[in-house]
Amino acid sequence: MTDTTLPDAPVLTQESRSLWATAMLRLRRNRAAMASLVVLIVMLFAGIFGPLVAPHSYAEVYPEFVKVPPSLTPYPQAEAIEPAAQSALRRARLEIGEISISGGQVSIEVASSREIDPRVSRYIDRSDVFSNAETTVADDGLSGVITADVQQLYFLMGTDGNGRDLFSRILISLRISLLIGFLATAVALTIGVLYGATAGFIGGRVDNVMMRIVDILYSLPFIFFVILLVVFFGRNVVLMFIAVGAVEWLDMARITRGQTLSLRRREFVHAAEAMGVSRKAIIRRHIIPNTLGTVVIYMTLLIPKVILLESFLSFLGLGVQEPLTSLGVLIAEGADNMRNAPFMLFWPALTMTALLFALNFLGDGLRDALDPKDR
Amino acid sequence: MAAYAIRRLLGAIPTLFIIVTIAFFMMRVAPGGPFDQERTLEATVMANLNATFGLDKPLWQQYFMYLGNLFQGDMGPSFIYRDLRVHQILGEGLPVSMALGAWALVVALVFGTLLGTIAALRQNSTTDFAVIAVATFGITVPNFVVAPVLSLVFAVILSWLPAQGWGDWNQMILPVIALALPQMAVVARLIRGSMIEALRSDHVRTARAYGLPNRIVVVKHALRAAILPVVSYLGPAAAALLTGSIVVEQVFNLPGIGRFFVQGALNRDYTLVMGTVVIVAVFVVVFNLIVDLLYAALDPRVRYD
Amino acid sequence: MLRLSSRTAVLSAALCALLAGSVSAQTYFRGNDGNPETLDQHKTSTVAEANILRDLYEGLVIYNSSAEVIPGVATDWSVSDDGLVYTFNLRDDAKWSNGDPVTAGDFVYSWRRIMAPETGAKYANILYPIKNAEAVNKGEAEGVSMGVEAVDDTTLQITLEQPTPFFIELLTHQTGLPVHPPSVEEHGADFVQPGNLVSNGAYTLVENSLNDKIVLAKNEMFHSADTVMIPEVHYLPFEDRATCVRGWEAGEVHSCSDLPAEDIARLKAEHGDAAKVAPYLGTYYYALNHTDPILADPEVRQALSMVIDREFLADEIFQGTMVAATSFVPPGIGNYATGSPEVEYFGMSMLDREDKAAEILAGKGITPDSPVTIEIMYNTSENHKNAATAIADMWSNFGVKVEYNVRDASAHYAHLRDKGDFDVARAGWIGDYSDPQNFLFMVESDNDGFNYANYNNAEYDALMDKAAAITDLEARSDVLRQAEDMFMRDLPFIPLLYYSSRSLVSPQLKGWESNIQNVHPTRFLSLDG
Repeated sequence: MTDTTLPDAPVLTQESRSLWATAMLRLRRNRAAMASLVVLIVMLFAGIFGPLVAPHSYAEVYPEFVKVPPSLTPYPQAEAIEPAAQSALRRARLEIGEISISGGQVSIEVASSREIDPRVSRYIDRSDVFSNAETTVADDGLSGVITADVQQLYFLMGTDGNGRDLFSRILISLRISLLIGFLATAVALTIGVLYGATAGFIGGRVDNVMMRIVDILYSLPFIFFVILLVVFFGRNVVLMFIAVGAVEWLDMARITRGQTLSLRRREFVHAAEAMGVSRKAIIRRHIIPNTLGTVVIYMTLLIPKVILLESFLSFLGLGVQEPLTSLGVLIAEGADNMRNAPFMLFWPALTMTALLFALNFLGDGLRDALDPKDR
Repeated sequence: MAAYAIRRLLGAIPTLFIIVTIAFFMMRVAPGGPFDQERTLEATVMANLNATFGLDKPLWQQYFMYLGNLFQGDMGPSFIYRDLRVHQILGEGLPVSMALGAWALVVALVFGTLLGTIAALRQNSTTDFAVIAVATFGITVPNFVVAPVLSLVFAVILSWLPAQGWGDWNQMILPVIALALPQMAVVARLIRGSMIEALRSDHVRTARAYGLPNRIVVVKHALRAAILPVVSYLGPAAAALLTGSIVVEQVFNLPGIGRFFVQGALNRDYTLVMGTVVIVAVFVVVFNLIVDLLYAALDPRVRYD
Repeated sequence: MLRLSSRTAVLSAALCALLAGSVSAQTYFRGNDGNPETLDQHKTSTVAEANILRDLYEGLVIYNSSAEVIPGVATDWSVSDDGLVYTFNLRDDAKWSNGDPVTAGDFVYSWRRIMAPETGAKYANILYPIKNAEAVNKGEAEGVSMGVEAVDDTTLQITLEQPTPFFIELLTHQTGLPVHPPSVEEHGADFVQPGNLVSNGAYTLVENSLNDKIVLAKNEMFHSADTVMIPEVHYLPFEDRATCVRGWEAGEVHSCSDLPAEDIARLKAEHGDAAKVAPYLGTYYYALNHTDPILADPEVRQALSMVIDREFLADEIFQGTMVAATSFVPPGIGNYATGSPEVEYFGMSMLDREDKAAEILAGKGITPDSPVTIEIMYNTSENHKNAATAIADMWSNFGVKVEYNVRDASAHYAHLRDKGDFDVARAGWIGDYSDPQNFLFMVESDNDGFNYANYNNAEYDALMDKAAAITDLEARSDVLRQAEDMFMRDLPFIPLLYYSSRSLVSPQLKGWESNIQNVHPTRFLSLDG
């Protein structure tokens, strides 16, 4: 492509400080953007600290509670305690008599034609439902009573296919997805800004060659290369950041170059040059800081893109490795289960939608705030 | 203009060469080969297969053989679909993917423009807000969720449309919608933004001042200017449709080439993967050229010589 | 906007009902596992291909709808006393779809073709029991030296390398199907294309469009054409099982050849008997690397196997679409009168098993306080992931920590084949024919391809060799059982689950019988209005 198709790069006409100050003022007036900012901060905190304070570990497996629906009341629910006790004791080959539940305690009368092994209480313990089980065997050894505490487990968003708390999984997935989003974006921005600023500033033949390379890379089917990379070199999260970042830097390079081209003609750059400041220093001290506005806007738009790309890779089965997870992985699992356990799709999808909504609105808000054309 | 187009196309040849080279060696660096599958093959059988496909030759020799054949327009035999050559496979799938992509693009452009314009005309109204919300929603929900939900609702529950397959026009409706939705959302947002700007511009105000009917002002003057950013978005849109087709073809069981991106790579069908890469690269080059020419046609400030 | 779209939808729905309508009674829309890689019976390797080839061609012997071997082109056969020479009498009314008679010479031609190295046949080794076949396939002998001979047009004599009691069963495999020699000579590799393909089975090939559909029409030349009820079959390849289910529920497909495990409970609840889950001839297992210092200890392997709650895997992870395995050879297999050995710990309660395992592992210094780390390697797939996660959880109570290594299938199996380093690797095996040998041969020490575990036991090899030389099925079965005994003691592979076949069959489709081979030849099916 040629320069002519470049989006019109906003030219920053004021000193950066006052620009940022006005921008913040405008942003604060944009209610949707401010709400988005709040949502984002909440999600950020949820991702960072959520897994630490979550009621369950994201990796903890509860074999008794596979794909249980979301509930505000604790599991096991009262009507499920009896069957749970029965199923826990089924393997013990005992006849089960009366089961009574009072408070957080259950007591089960058992009988058997053979002598009862006091260890049977461990069948009960092994179950996620009960704890501190004790067996009192009658003198004849053929009957007895097992008492146990009933555990109170809250699965506010249900559990997944392995019986792990979906809420905790969403918290950790938020952390991973945000991490992927930020890191990949950072990689893309670093490469793109440096590359674009260098090409635009040096200009001439170097610029031509560098932009030619960008053109070549543009025509590579990049999605496909990301797939190849992930397929071939394993599902390393770090690698994924690099791969995704490597895909997304091209746009950034072109935008930065366009801006640099116009910045170059400005007086303060000429002045710096006249004072004998090295090219490297000019790029670092003058060019890059002045492109930051665009960079910030672009970042809020790139992060959702990266998160979606990650979810696409998850759909292909190339997502993050166990026991970690990402929003994309959870949604892909949810999509498989949408007919038998819709909540497995609903909650992760809701989280993702809220996150991306917030990022998009914030991006729009920032653009409006920073765009001088609208002034 | 023609000279420019030819120059651009010729300039793409070294690009293609580089792409083919990178793709070829990337494929071969990958662990596993086309004949590694759940059922491991007998050593003798494996040796026979490798000999049949020339995999027993040194890599550089295979590379030059591939290039030589490609130069003559032969993409080689598929390693997996053994009754077919790669050009036959792509020849069968390409029309399907093109039809799907083209319709999705049309739907996205038409409805995106419509929605965006409506929103811009009633800026900050409830309608405007609803359009933005719907558009953002379209971008945020992955199409591997949208596609099966569409199929479930319209095919299984309502029985209005077929759930899968290809051939009848009605089998195209759901896949096209699923594919077009996110792009439609982007287009609507783009149009809304540039339309608002265009409506404030001097020449639109002038047109209004002359007392031209609102419809004509909007369509002839404002929209014409507002559509430019959408044209430059066509390139990325085409790339996104390509990615989307991988999902949509799988969910609706369509015989396009999207699935070869993933299946080809997973099966290590070397020649098929290379063929897909070449096709996509050519497509991107040509499409970008068209976009640029279109841009020049719409924007009198841009000229190629 | 909304109003507009709903109106179009109503309109299109009306049209759609007119045009496509529900499934037509005349055509059987058959969901298949995926697109066949080839329709050349000599290059084939997948189940999707086997299903189609079974309809197109008829071998010497065939499966009926309950997977019993019945005469096909051969009417009857005799075996020499030493079990080496099989003489088949072919039916004289067997015809190719162009009217040519099917002769013994066609089979000779076909088997020479599959063994020719340049054919590149993936499953040539299925027919290696035929005398000199392996040498021919290696390029060390001429095709004519193979033990296949046409005595006359209707008499075929096959000489074997050594007695192979399951040889007749082997011939049901798609590699044993004949090709039509004149069309192969004329079209070369393109003989499989519609228009060129000449078949001798119940159907002929009409159309083959990649990833779309394969259309077969009834072969009027077929000797039993009057018993074939379905005039046309459309094989639809489904990459995504959930798509087939939706197609079936929308009435566009009569049968699905596989179902997503996570959806099975709902399907059973909503559609009852239409959702079929049946035992299948396959085992899902974890291979343990015997060259690994920890896993080299047979007691550790036993302990690891003991604490895996297979019922949980079968019922919860696979939603009842798999069955807890207590042996490597799946039950219901042929030629195994004695059956698989019973392993003591499978009779014990989970708690006793856990106690015992904890004791064994503690004796080796493995406790939750001094844990070891084991890596489970599996190939990409949702359920493999869930199974590995569940097993890791079961092991974690005993000081065995698990790390995961996930690759795509090609890389996974290439790594195993190349004897790459690993601790525990997931794999599965679906029998090619119904005989325990087809399972137990995998861990023979000289089996480079399948002995992922690097199991090396001369005693085991000797038992397998001994079994190979016995023609008496009862006696052979005893020896094979001893081998499996040793297998379950040494556990080169930990058997986890037996596979089940899962299908969704429309009530319109009659004659579908669930069977262990999951074969359902269309010629034995019929469609109700």
